Amino acid sequence: MAQSLREALDSGKFVITSEIGPPKGTNIARMLHHIDLLKDKVDALNVTDHQSSVMRFPSIGGCLAIKERGGEPILQMTCRDRNRLALQAELLFAYTRGIRNILCLTGDAVPVGDHKKAKGVFDLDSSQLLHTIRLMESGKDLGGNDLDGVVEFCAGAIVTPEAKPIEPQLARFEKKVEAGVEFFQTQAIYDLENFARFMEFARQFRVKVLAGVILLVSARMAKYMNENVPGVLVPQNLIDELAGAPKGEALTRGIEIAGRMIAALKKDSICDGVHVMAIGREEVVPDILAAAGL
Amino acid sequence: MKSITKSKPFDEIKECLERFDRIFVIGCGTCATMTRTGGIEEVAGMIGRLQEWGKIVTGSTVIATSCDEMTGAAMAENGQAIRDANCILVMSCALGVQKTAQYIDQPVIPALDTLFMGIEEGPGIFLEACDQCGQCVLGETAGICPITACHKGLINGPCGGTDNGKCEVDKERDCAWTLIYQLLEKQGRLDLMKKYHPPKNFQVAPRPRLIRVISD
Repeated sequence: MAQSLREALDSGKFVITSEIGPPKGTNIARMLHHIDLLKDKVDALNVTDHQSSVMRFPSIGGCLAIKERGGEPILQMTCRDRNRLALQAELLFAYTRGIRNILCLTGDAVPVGDHKKAKGVFDLDSSQLLHTIRLMESGKDLGGNDLDGVVEFCAGAIVTPEAKPIEPQLARFEKKVEAGVEFFQTQAIYDLENFARFMEFARQFRVKVLAGVILLVSARMAKYMNENVPGVLVPQNLIDELAGAPKGEALTRGIEIAGRMIAALKKDSICDGVHVMAIGREEVVPDILAAAGL
Repeated sequence: MKSITKSKPFDEIKECLERFDRIFVIGCGTCATMTRTGGIEEVAGMIGRLQEWGKIVTGSTVIATSCDEMTGAAMAENGQAIRDANCILVMSCALGVQKTAQYIDQPVIPALDTLFMGIEEGPGIFLEACDQCGQCVLGETAGICPITACHKGLINGPCGGTDNGKCEVDKERDCAWTLIYQLLEKQGRLDLMKKYHPPKNFQVAPRPRLIRVISD
């Protein structure tokens, strides 16, 4: 990848990011296959950090693999599993290995994952992690000590445009802007009108917003997300569209829907790009981009 | 403040008591009575179960407040029965267990697990209200503690797991930050939602914690 994520964001182009979910175990062949498939089709690739509090191969490991293969990684860092010493240490390490993008997350709660008795750390939160990055760029650590060699990162965060009520989320959004965030990747959005209203708010600030697009693979998955994933709302018309697909073609219909949404977001310049999440179906991301005309 | 407890499974208590045949039982007349885990009735119930299991109960008492000096007096009053026992089973919170241990030489076994410091929300409903973090933020969070009322203890606003004002961990539980937002709005103090709180000091009073309020 010739261009860094920051360069891509600054260029004014419609930025495409996607994400890689590391395996539970040491068999990384499938993850590497996904990286090879996607690294040249997107501007940057996130690697999830024990997504949904499920223990997996680490984000930093996936990011190094992307880097080695010539891609542009975005290191997802949650505050759930590491205290401030460990987070800062990982930032130092990531920088020395050429990783330049960090997505700062508070992290899902421990009880939603597969190690339900673990201690949730949350020594810092996402806003504090953003501040920490900017502090370390200035040459200091959180203990007030000088760093021998500093970091420099393009720092991102997340926002949930469909959250109800939205106001507390917007206050948090502003706090992240204040902390020096450069880009947001949103939770999945499906209602473009509602998202456009959110963007009217977001446009007041000098930050880039990449709309989250999660591939729907069936009407059942859409209903499941509505019931179980906080801040995600799949409208009934999309559920009906998926349910109406001929047998065995729901995935194709889901790819069409995702492609159509991305095309609409780009055509009307609603936001600055998209973050495509194909949870477990990474191999169809190129098809989604093709359906979007990208 | 109430020290909120729950009874340990009887099998776990039995495991601790296996090696002892003569047991003295202590309850507490304050918190453990309110939570129905170590009051007069529960102590009587425990004695019955111990006897049924074949143990000798040398005596029992329910101390008015087992975490203060009354414990010493109660120990003295029951001196003979306590000396006859080879262990003491304490049906109070961990404060009472530790206070008891200060007065006697025999092993002290807790019958309860201490969960949290709470307030009574309604009859029989107890809510954790303070984590004793040593840096109270209630003045800026509309009187709702984000350390205890938010699952993650977040001090800079809600996470993305909140949905319809509820918490991602339990859909029956309110999202603390949604409540804080609503109250701050009513109070005309919404600017506080945007105030950045730096990382907390988790060593305000490093463990082991001890404070002297009377100088020499």
